[in-house]
Amino acid sequence: MTEPENLRTKENDLLKELVYLLRRNIREYGMYIALVFIITAFAIITNGVFISPRNISTLIDQTGYIIVLAIGMTLIIVCRYIDLSVGFLAGFLGAVAAIFMTRYGMSEWIVIPIILVFGLMVGLINGFMVGKLSIPAYVVSLAGMFIFRGLLLMVTQKTGTIIVPNKGFNDIGNGFIPDPFRGKNVHILTLIIGGIAILAFIYTSIRGRQNKLKYQFEVISTPLYIIKLVFVSIIIAYISWILAGYNGLSWTAVICLVVVMIYHFVTQKTTLGRHIYAVGGNGNAAELAGISVKKITYIIFASMGMLSALSGILFTSRLKSATTTAGTLFELDAIASAFIGGASANGGVGKITGSVVGALVMMSLTSGMNLMGVDISYQYVIRGGVLVAAVFFDVMTRKKRG
Amino acid sequence: MEDYILEMRNISKEFPGVKALDNVNFKVKRGEIHCLVGENGAGKSTLMKILSGVYPFGTYEGDIILNGEKQKFTKIADSERAEIAIIAQELALIPEMTVYDNIFLGHEITKGPTIDENKTIQKANEVLQKVGLKINPSVLIKDLGVGAQQLIEIAKALSKNVKLLILDEPTAALNEIDSRNLLQIIRELKQQGVTSIMISHKLKEVISIADTITVLRDGKTICSMDATQNTINESDIIKYMVGREIDNVYPRREKKEIGDISLEIKNWSAYDPKLGREILHNISINVRKGEIVGISGLMGAGRTELALSIFGNPRGYKINGELYLNGRPVSFGHTSKALEAGICYVSEDRKGEGLILIQDIKSNITLANLRALASYGVINENEEVKVANEYKSSFNIKTPSVEQIVGNLSGGNQQKVSLCRSLFARPKILILDEPTRGIDVGAKYEIYTIMNRLVAEGMSIIMISSDLLEVIGMSDRIYVMAEGKVTGEIRAEDATEERIMEVATI
Repeated sequence: MTEPENLRTKENDLLKELVYLLRRNIREYGMYIALVFIITAFAIITNGVFISPRNISTLIDQTGYIIVLAIGMTLIIVCRYIDLSVGFLAGFLGAVAAIFMTRYGMSEWIVIPIILVFGLMVGLINGFMVGKLSIPAYVVSLAGMFIFRGLLLMVTQKTGTIIVPNKGFNDIGNGFIPDPFRGKNVHILTLIIGGIAILAFIYTSIRGRQNKLKYQFEVISTPLYIIKLVFVSIIIAYISWILAGYNGLSWTAVICLVVVMIYHFVTQKTTLGRHIYAVGGNGNAAELAGISVKKITYIIFASMGMLSALSGILFTSRLKSATTTAGTLFELDAIASAFIGGASANGGVGKITGSVVGALVMMSLTSGMNLMGVDISYQYVIRGGVLVAAVFFDVMTRKKRG
Repeated sequence: MEDYILEMRNISKEFPGVKALDNVNFKVKRGEIHCLVGENGAGKSTLMKILSGVYPFGTYEGDIILNGEKQKFTKIADSERAEIAIIAQELALIPEMTVYDNIFLGHEITKGPTIDENKTIQKANEVLQKVGLKINPSVLIKDLGVGAQQLIEIAKALSKNVKLLILDEPTAALNEIDSRNLLQIIRELKQQGVTSIMISHKLKEVISIADTITVLRDGKTICSMDATQNTINESDIIKYMVGREIDNVYPRREKKEIGDISLEIKNWSAYDPKLGREILHNISINVRKGEIVGISGLMGAGRTELALSIFGNPRGYKINGELYLNGRPVSFGHTSKALEAGICYVSEDRKGEGLILIQDIKSNITLANLRALASYGVINENEEVKVANEYKSSFNIKTPSVEQIVGNLSGGNQQKVSLCRSLFARPKILILDEPTRGIDVGAKYEIYTIMNRLVAEGMSIIMISSDLLEVIGMSDRIYVMAEGKVTGEIRAEDATEERIMEVATI
């Protein structure tokens, strides 16, 4: 008689804890839930075409150049700035890369680092104008938008679209990692990477938990913890399985994963990250705590410039060519992704992972609606609606907690 | 039978997890000045927010009876219609607009579809006269001092024909002269039939102005005292506020060991390029190890500017002069360099310049010295929580967890967090700018005790304060500033309020 009762209360406790955690982190989980909802909905509507390995793989490659921009933009927005120039900067630098390779016959492996450095320097100049000369970021980047659009036209006007012949370069946006094991129907290296990712995830989270226990801090209960581990592992396994069933992991996906991991780590775990959030939360207080607001401004704009260059490379490579309109409206997608991902225009709030999910939400909508054959005019309206709804949800949950 | 303009009966109000008000009874006689006192978090502001309709009818229990009639305010406009006006701690004026526009904001005087400017100005002049402010109503708010702005808030209330005026710490940001002026205006309004409820932490001014004093503690009414007979003294009120006796507001330091000069400036001048003029003129001061040096003076005397010019000059003044640290000449290009050298500054403006309100307690405490917790730039977060918890218990920060958002803490606890941040940077010289502004007696006492402990350990403290008694009670030596100059140096044993004011108003 007592045993089943005990069991029931245990289950209740678990449920209570789960509900508590969900409630406390509703803002963060909300986005993941929304993404899962969107994916499921499209999967059903399109009879599974949406979640076919081929479509998922394409979706990731198409989202890549927005994801890297959204990551840089997150830091910019966290510090209460904005950067409108990133779209055309990406387009322009992509065109410059194409010219270097076609007209001057330079190797892509030299061109790519040069372009990244160019982006970094443009970003530094922007940062200098915002941080040192105190010109509002809105104005600086609006000017940049005009300027880079002009420059893009200037370099592509004579030739029109520049076709890039370099296979190595084009593989970045279209190719997949090789499979040394030559699996017949599945990409074995992708599966191995998925396996390693799961092991690494389990290892780091167990270590983190043990560390916390060593300090005698509160941790979530063991059963819930195991559920969480299993849940995340299944998701990683599922994604690797799907990708392995097609052509494996694409180079774009690899690059994005690396960038996300670096930025996530820097923002969440390092002093630099903490300083960025402090400057965004209250610049005056940060300054009095010995943090140079100027320096942080230079850093985030330089990072934005470099990521714009990367985005330009990814996009040019994806199209295998540089066009006169490359990069148009990228900045708006990036800004929307950051806001959907929970960044706040008041500064100090916004996570890299959030913005990545935001970008995935935006691009899933586009991809899904394309599959359904929704007219582009409706697509814009719907995406606008989703943006406002997401931020409204964010504001509401924030109010509740504050 | 007394004539009560307002009765609040059995008011209770709960916030998630906290009972902010518990059966509070509060009665205000017509035409009196009624002071409401209590520690931070005692429920004063909550009570006034209920009265003014910020917390609408239905979110609290109990009755509001105004002029004998039960009221159900659901929004601020309702209480305004009932001729109640509240002047909040944070002023609600629009800096870029004129005085007259601000006074009539929301109830503009119109002629047809347009604003009748002439009549507005005329009416503005009338209410400005009532508050004794002789200014042109066409100047912009941003060009006025805090004292004048406070009076304009009152003028704004008067323009709506208020009968019941609520002032939430009206003198917290004012200097002595402006405070006295403001209190005088409140007395004059009383003559004109306006009833005032005033929340204040400054007990001296409470005693001088109040007809009745009501004390709240932990959401309960402790007592209501008749103050017209001049029989109440500060320690009575404090006893009711904290529920125990604090025999001395300023704790005595056990042993005083004052050592060598740790920081000294000579012929220190600063030019502010934004204002286009010199703001500090030829200042020479010093502080010794184990010493608390007070800096007194009126608002605008240049005290904060002096502190910031020493602390890495974040406002970008052009500085002339010499700065010595333990006898060696130094100069700091940035606040981070000053911090490295062991100088720390705790801002007077907790919310604006001190804390990152949207972040949690631990991040705020560790911000100025994250390096101590990091290896190769990676923060040891567990160690961070541990450090924060240590500060939390040793400074008695009242919060369930160091992961609480700082914006949710009371003023006193916020000030402690601010102080902890500085101390975690391991300073040898600590500059405290108005360390106890707007915090209650209990928390003040704790902060004084901490200061005494720090100097006993050999630290040097420079304390800027507008509270004369605090400066006299805590300092070993006092510099008085006026108009960007040091106009006097007074030893603690010679210091009196009169003596300081004399030098401060040269």
